[in-house]
Amino acid sequence: MRISTFWYCLKQGIHNICRNILFSLASIATISACIFLFCLFFSIVVNVQYVVKNTESTVGITVFFEEGTTAERMNVIGEQIRNRSEVKDIKFKSAEEAWEEMKIDYFGEDKQDLAEGFREDNPLANSASFEIFLNDLIYQDEFVTWLNDIEGIRRINYSSTAAEGMTSINKVIGALSIMIIGVLLAVAIFLISNTISVAAAFRKQENQIMKLIGATNYMIRAPFVVEGILLGLIGAIIPLIAIYYLYRNAVVYVLTKFSILSGLFQFLPVETIFPYMAGTALALGLGIGFFVSFFTIRKHLKV
Amino acid sequence: MIELWNVNKTYETGNKALRDINITINDGEFVFIIGRSGSGKSTLLKLLLKEVEATSGKILVNDMNLGKMPRRYVPKYRRRLGMIFQDFRLLKDRNVYENVAFAQRVIGASARSIRESVPAMLTMVGLSSKYKSFPQQLSGGEQQRVAIARALINRPEILLADEPTGNLDAHNSMEIMKLLDEVNKRGTTVIVVTHSHEIVDRMRKRVITLDRGTIISDEKKGGYTHED
Repeated sequence: MRISTFWYCLKQGIHNICRNILFSLASIATISACIFLFCLFFSIVVNVQYVVKNTESTVGITVFFEEGTTAERMNVIGEQIRNRSEVKDIKFKSAEEAWEEMKIDYFGEDKQDLAEGFREDNPLANSASFEIFLNDLIYQDEFVTWLNDIEGIRRINYSSTAAEGMTSINKVIGALSIMIIGVLLAVAIFLISNTISVAAAFRKQENQIMKLIGATNYMIRAPFVVEGILLGLIGAIIPLIAIYYLYRNAVVYVLTKFSILSGLFQFLPVETIFPYMAGTALALGLGIGFFVSFFTIRKHLKV
Repeated sequence: MIELWNVNKTYETGNKALRDINITINDGEFVFIIGRSGSGKSTLLKLLLKEVEATSGKILVNDMNLGKMPRRYVPKYRRRLGMIFQDFRLLKDRNVYENVAFAQRVIGASARSIRESVPAMLTMVGLSSKYKSFPQQLSGGEQQRVAIARALINRPEILLADEPTGNLDAHNSMEIMKLLDEVNKRGTTVIVVTHSHEIVDRMRKRVITLDRGTIISDEKKGGYTHED
């Protein structure tokens, strides 16, 4: 493509937008609303996933051994577990370590002398265990079933509700955001399509002349596709600027005004989240603009 | 050379616009096509422009068979034709220069080529001093000159004119015909569809008369023999 042709298409695309300014503004506003909500849910989902991941790392599976299991056997079992791909981390806790921890939990630092009576008789003698942390709690049920089949394991402690809770929070937020974005996307597609149709009607004579002069389909359609892309990109840039400042200020506000939350939640900084969000939002705006204008003009302009 | 062999055109409505048309137009010829309204004159031009397809028969333009031409070649083919209309069809939001340059821009001509050829073309049609004017600031004759300049800017081999003087007074009509004659003398084949008795009679060019879709006369230096 010649540079002059590129400028011509760009100029005509901008000209189309200005000529139907009200339709163009309506399209930009709808895309902006759609992408704003997308960015909002994106921020929420990413932060919830971040919190969930942090929480998941504290939810472990504890495996206890049958009485009389030798240290060698425990090592073999530990190695089998460690080799599983879903395992993030595995920690061995001997019976002695378990008793040491329990003494502190049960008697407190100041009444350790009460535990002296158990010096020669560890009440948790059969409580050596492996504490296992998974990459994702979604694999927990499958993993526990696998553990049950290993010889020498007496008991497995795990929280199925924790796993289900975490995954269902993710699912609900994901489904909700897809639903709302889907509705807004449909409205945006309808409005862009309408804007392009109006532009095509305005330029009907021009397009007819172009056709008779020998302009290619590509040349006739290009200004409309440029118009669609510009509408999509402007519609993405506006909410991105808004969300950048909103997110940054909201995080600061929440953490300063509700300092109790800072212990429960850790928000991702805007610098971490924004590049991915901006990339996705711009691609979304560009994609909507391009595809909607391309297919609309194909329908309205039989060349 | 333009050749039409047993060409028939029936529209989907059942209207038989052309019946068994056989015409040969040599390179560099000037031909008038005359006839009543609905005689098939405009359909003939549309067939040559490949706006519509012949129902049967063969159309050859410079050895290209239009019936077998793939759609993707149509834009390239149309660049070899120039077209002017009764209502000029100028872009009202662009000045004279831009209207003519438009024809080059849409086929992807370079900026340099546009800068060189548009002023030359405007000089040729006698509008070099009005290049900044908008269509509504021009007379009908001047608007048609702009349309001719736009049709010729891509150096077509054939110029098709559909009632080019239909909206003009007698004086401007003759001026436009003189311009088309000049274009023809430079080697471009010119085909003019018209209703104007005066023009046809004064120009003394080849005249093909159509009636209800059939050719009723084809005279080398004809006059207007048909009454509307």
